[in-house]
Amino acid sequence: MMFMNKASLTQVVEETTIKLLWLASFDLPQGVEKALRDALNHEDDPIARSQLSVILKNIDIARKKRVPICQDTGIPMIHVILGEDFPLKAILPNILREAVRKATISIPLRPNAVHPFTRKNTSDNSGIHLPYLEWEIKHGDSLEILVIPKGFGSENMSQLGMLTPGEGLNGVKSFVLDCVVNAGGRPCPPTIIGVGVGLGVDGVMKLARRAAIRPLPLRNEDPFIASLETQLLKLVNETGIGPMGLGGKTTSLAVNIEIGHTHTGGLPVGVVFQCWAARMAEATVESDGKVKIA
Amino acid sequence: MAEHRLSTPILEKQIRKIRVGDIIYLSGIVFTARDEAHHRALKLAKEGGQLPIDVEGLAMYHCGPIAQKIDGEWKILSAGPTTSSRMELFEDDFLKHFAVRVIIGKGGMGSKTTAAMKKFGAVYGAFTGGAGAFAANSIIEVKGVEWLDLGMPEAIWVFRVEDFGPMIVAIDSYGKNLYQDLMERVKRKVIRIKRNL
Repeated sequence: MMFMNKASLTQVVEETTIKLLWLASFDLPQGVEKALRDALNHEDDPIARSQLSVILKNIDIARKKRVPICQDTGIPMIHVILGEDFPLKAILPNILREAVRKATISIPLRPNAVHPFTRKNTSDNSGIHLPYLEWEIKHGDSLEILVIPKGFGSENMSQLGMLTPGEGLNGVKSFVLDCVVNAGGRPCPPTIIGVGVGLGVDGVMKLARRAAIRPLPLRNEDPFIASLETQLLKLVNETGIGPMGLGGKTTSLAVNIEIGHTHTGGLPVGVVFQCWAARMAEATVESDGKVKIA
Repeated sequence: MAEHRLSTPILEKQIRKIRVGDIIYLSGIVFTARDEAHHRALKLAKEGGQLPIDVEGLAMYHCGPIAQKIDGEWKILSAGPTTSSRMELFEDDFLKHFAVRVIIGKGGMGSKTTAAMKKFGAVYGAFTGGAGAFAANSIIEVKGVEWLDLGMPEAIWVFRVEDFGPMIVAIDSYGKNLYQDLMERVKRKVIRIKRNL
């Protein structure tokens, strides 16, 4: 494998990230769009149908005009899977931050990043710990970048529950249902619900996030967890909250669950809501500068 | 489920003809206000100050758009509604001071706003959340922007819109709240679901 020089590779990573932020702003993953079309076919309530029709029209308009599908282009979250032999490592956070700044102006994205107390807007979506980066190391010499523009209508509804072991499986189901009822129409249903179970407080929320960004219609590889996902989706949709909380059969498109082992004295549960506009874009950058956009 | 085509300025008697579950389309002037604009507007009102625009009879939109200045003119790229429940903190007070007739948002509002809408004569129109590109299609012109120091999302944007909708009337001026009624049913249903887990 020929390695590209670091300066050129830096530019490739920056340009690729800007392109991903652009793609994620106006296009939805196919699995999400298909689930929304299926939902429209499944609904017979006129209000629920009107909400889903507008959503589908909106998807078409955004794709045709290449304008942001939702005005809330979120705060930038980027998952980085770094090959151990990829030439750029410690400098990557700087490159990604620069890409976010430039993309905010060139696309444009809505500048959403504010100081938590003064509420002063940084105007370029960068800030203290922003963009938020999640890291994984893998074998090989390529770099995978996954861009997730996360809107806050849904993020605001996410919750952590430190359940006790005695509450068990039904406790987990009840907690998820309580989160769904509390959220109502606010997270822009039909949502994708990411549930994490296990680890500790930070770990369980990361599991929930990972579950929330799992491509539709994939189920968990563990058949027990997969059946729990199907069961919970059915219960969530029985609530009748429906598209935009205006009533109907489709409150969620999927419930995805990721688990980890936990302490013998606890049962952490994390719930992350993802709105129907579940945008993301992914690319692999090879060490020779070749880019493959997924 | 009646359909209403409203144009600003909207009069109270027009609002009193609208019921929960109806559909509205709106033409005329809509201004945006989120958390920060509400906060500043109420502070001004308490000090006896004036808003930068006269909002009587207009529609207020819970929205933080993506705007781009092209050749010196603002264009709106995407402008769907934000979660209205955050404004529940301010809205009854806002309706007391400012005679807006339609509040546009998503996700619904609570009892305080519902009571204020009954008292002052206003309705809540639910616009489909996330439909930012679709909404921008009905925004014909940016008439102005105020309080841009609050940042692009929190500023007051003044739009001229044409046939903006469909909006589902989710709170009317008679104290009916579609979201709250639905959520009562949802809560009863979930009690049954949990019993059978």
